[in-house]
Amino acid sequence: MKAKVHVTLKSGVLDPQGKAVSHALTALGFDGVLGVRQGKYIELDIAETDPVKAKPLVEDMCRKLLANTVIENFAIDLEG
Amino acid sequence: MKAAVIVFPGSNCDRDAATALELITGRKPQMVWHGDAALPDVDVIVVPGGFSYGDYLRSGAMAAHSPIMASVKAAADKGVRVMGICNGFQVLTEAGMLPGVLMRNRDLKFICRDVLLRVETTASEFTSAYTKGQVIRIPVAHHDGNYFAEPAVLDELESQDRVAFRYCDAAGATTEAANPNGSQRNIAGILNARRNVLGMMPHPERLADPLLGGTDGAPMFTALLNAFA
Repeated sequence: MKAKVHVTLKSGVLDPQGKAVSHALTALGFDGVLGVRQGKYIELDIAETDPVKAKPLVEDMCRKLLANTVIENFAIDLEG
Repeated sequence: MKAAVIVFPGSNCDRDAATALELITGRKPQMVWHGDAALPDVDVIVVPGGFSYGDYLRSGAMAAHSPIMASVKAAADKGVRVMGICNGFQVLTEAGMLPGVLMRNRDLKFICRDVLLRVETTASEFTSAYTKGQVIRIPVAHHDGNYFAEPAVLDELESQDRVAFRYCDAAGATTEAANPNGSQRNIAGILNARRNVLGMMPHPERLADPLLGGTDGAPMFTALLNAFA
């Protein structure tokens, strides 16, 4: 099955890249961009087919490697 | 003093570190490849600067889980001195050996220049050859040097005298203008609770030989040598 992982910065952690993107959008004439937070999207193809087992497995991967939980949150979507 | 330098794919300051160590201690350190699980019996381990694994995912994230790092961690737990410089600092935070994380620089630019540091503590085997409050000049070369930790963690580092260096101006003031990368509280280097693991973004090994234009980095290696004299 597929596991789709979104890794995002925790609120309160400054995101200079998101800020730069926000400025660039404003410079391009896109008014009304109130904020940009940049993160990562990671797609995993895993052998496990049982979502009940896949969830904790992918959570463990996130905690150990995919996200740095000092500054990042992660969200997991399982498909298929 | 027996030393080892860890070499990851993408390390580029490993030989600088080895040269500085040899110059000051008179002994060639052993170069240890990241894929090796066994570490030679040494007193000091340097985790060098560079771009291990191309900085994939996050700086230091992949290297932190390479086979050799489990041995480095075990050695540190036994009291072996571990010095992480630049990417080495990033690796040590990712490995959970030091608190916090090194984020993208505030201004998003790679910074490669000399900076001034204030020596915050001399109560460690890495910094004992400096004087407290001394201002030293050391080069930085990084894209991700913006030190971040929760306020409670920063408070703990300060209350336990574990901030080794801060970015400062020529007068030793830790101003925002003297902070090259946006690090919390101008922190440039920290110690673990046991004080045998140090991580710092600046490169003392790059200014340890007069030929390179300065020797302000040399006392770090002299201090380690003295600890084993």
